[in-house]
Amino acid sequence: MNPVIISITDLQKIYHMGDVQVPALQGVSFEIRRGEFVAIMGPSGSGKSTLMNLIGCLDMPSAGRYQLDGVDVEQLSGDDLAAVRARKLGFVFQQYNLLPRQSALRNVEMPLIYRGMPATERRHRAGIALRIVGMGDRMDHRPNELSGGQQQRVAIARALVGSPSVILADEPTGALDSKTGIEIMRILQRLNREQGLTILVVTHEHDIAAFAQRILHISDGKLVRDEQLQSNLVA
Amino acid sequence: MATITSEIESSIAHTLPAGDFVLEPLTGADDNNVDLIAVVRVSIESLWAKKMRSFLTMLGVIIGVFSVVALLAVGSGASNAITSQVQSFGTNLVVIAPGSITNRSAGFSGPAQTMTLEDANAIAALNLPLKGVAPQFNGNTRIVAAAADKDAAFVGAAPSYQALNHLVLSSGSFFDDSQVRNAAPVMVLGANLAKELFGSGQAVGQIVRAKDQSLQVIGVLATQGGGGFGSVDDQAFVPITVAQQRLFGARTPDGNGYRVTAITLELVHGEDLPAIQQRIQILLRERHHLKADGSEDDFSVLSQTAFLSTLNSITALLTTFLAALAGISLFVGGVGIMNIMLVSVTERTREIGLRKAVGARERDILLQFIAEALVISLVGGLIGLVLGGAFALAITLSGALTASVSPGVALMAISVAMAFGLFFGIYPARQAARLNPIDALRYE
Repeated sequence: MNPVIISITDLQKIYHMGDVQVPALQGVSFEIRRGEFVAIMGPSGSGKSTLMNLIGCLDMPSAGRYQLDGVDVEQLSGDDLAAVRARKLGFVFQQYNLLPRQSALRNVEMPLIYRGMPATERRHRAGIALRIVGMGDRMDHRPNELSGGQQQRVAIARALVGSPSVILADEPTGALDSKTGIEIMRILQRLNREQGLTILVVTHEHDIAAFAQRILHISDGKLVRDEQLQSNLVA
Repeated sequence: MATITSEIESSIAHTLPAGDFVLEPLTGADDNNVDLIAVVRVSIESLWAKKMRSFLTMLGVIIGVFSVVALLAVGSGASNAITSQVQSFGTNLVVIAPGSITNRSAGFSGPAQTMTLEDANAIAALNLPLKGVAPQFNGNTRIVAAAADKDAAFVGAAPSYQALNHLVLSSGSFFDDSQVRNAAPVMVLGANLAKELFGSGQAVGQIVRAKDQSLQVIGVLATQGGGGFGSVDDQAFVPITVAQQRLFGARTPDGNGYRVTAITLELVHGEDLPAIQQRIQILLRERHHLKADGSEDDFSVLSQTAFLSTLNSITALLTTFLAALAGISLFVGGVGIMNIMLVSVTERTREIGLRKAVGARERDILLQFIAEALVISLVGGLIGLVLGGAFALAITLSGALTASVSPGVALMAISVAMAFGLFFGIYPARQAARLNPIDALRYE
């Protein structure tokens, strides 16, 4: 069995809105092993975005433990969290979030700047990442010269360029038509199978979650069901 | 549109490679130093993307640096011009003026309260190694000629004044000792003054009126040039007795003599200055009945060297003052940088959120925005410097002054501009660095 890469124990997040305390996450526990393809599903307001932010080291939990690839991150803050994000995580967003004035290549190499990598090495890796997602022939295109699906591929390349422990995809198909959405899921599946990447997809669509091997159902800030898919969809 | 997109998509799908491309895993052992070239490149691209806005922001710095550089260049040029002009008169001149220079209650050319013609005669009687002793009485009044009239500065002087000040006549002659003795109503005009009163016509021989006195023009000076302060070209010269008796009523309060506004001495040897200065001081204190208990002199002995250093310190003060004023515009330019940076931080909130999400630390974001502020101020400063240098060159070529930008001034202007850029860039950069990545990513 592969080693555990994400270990979450009784994770809680309470937002303070004035005097009112809003519990967004009320004690969630699960483990994810290296090489898994997991979907986190739940309706809006279920706490899945909160969970995503915590797993993505963008936010700190109110209580509970979170170990990412051997690092206790629940106590980290500021620059330490940034360092974990730079080295262990790759993000894919619903709105792609590419820098509009920069080429695909420069968008992909951008995270490596914050690891102090020299420019030639950055470009070399970014080129490989773009070829992996099938964008090797459009490296010099700017986002506005690319379709939505192509932009999301560039975003995936940006997520994997630093060899992260986990790729976090937040509604990666949310802005795409269903056919293009399936293309994106196919790429993620391939990265999972062929490169052995651990992938976490947050979605509210069951059709998308069905491409994963396992679905964590979140509702009202709790993990209500941990579903292993016997035969997941192949895109 | 949708079909075209999906066609492109499926064509790419076929070319999606299998495991041919593999990214080597990265070890955690990388350094924390961000590639500064990449930071500066992003700064320049961000500024280039909003060319007009960046230029207008820069304009504040450009104008500020230009003003500082241009003013300092002209200031030092003027200072040099004054120095060389004063030195051209000869450096062995000593001027004794009434009033103490330390309490400044009486000016160099102010109303003479304490010094008289007799003081001058007494100095001459000492038989010091002097080429000449020239008492002077200055005043201002209107000259009325047939065709024009003009306010003018009158110098009432002795004939020796001409040689002492190297005055050259273009026509006529200077007044002589007998004309001084007799208070003859004659005058010599500076070149500009003659032109203003008589145009291109003959001035010598004309009669003009001043203070209800008729004065005959007996000479016109050649243009002395140089412009500058209180130019000889704009002055009128009369025998000192005429100034004292006919024009300005300079009789002493006791009615026994006449006041003077200055006594000019020319030393035979420059090195005699301290001794002569001391001798004159003793004489005049005695004549003015000043006690030896340390009471202040009621006159000042100004050597040309002291005069020069005073002049230079005044010009330096004036230049510094003007440069400080120009510095205010540089400050305003800095405020402009801060303003536009704050706008830029707001506009690029999502970009900041993204950069933080992919691993940028607070100091990386801070550095990025400070770099932008510094690029604005450096580029603006360099443009301002070039324009200031061009201005100095234009002034020099026009012949008015020799203005030049010294390397020190250039370095100072650029440093100050960048210091302002840094100062005003820090606040917006901190705003950016402190953005919460979650909120920043959702920012619309």
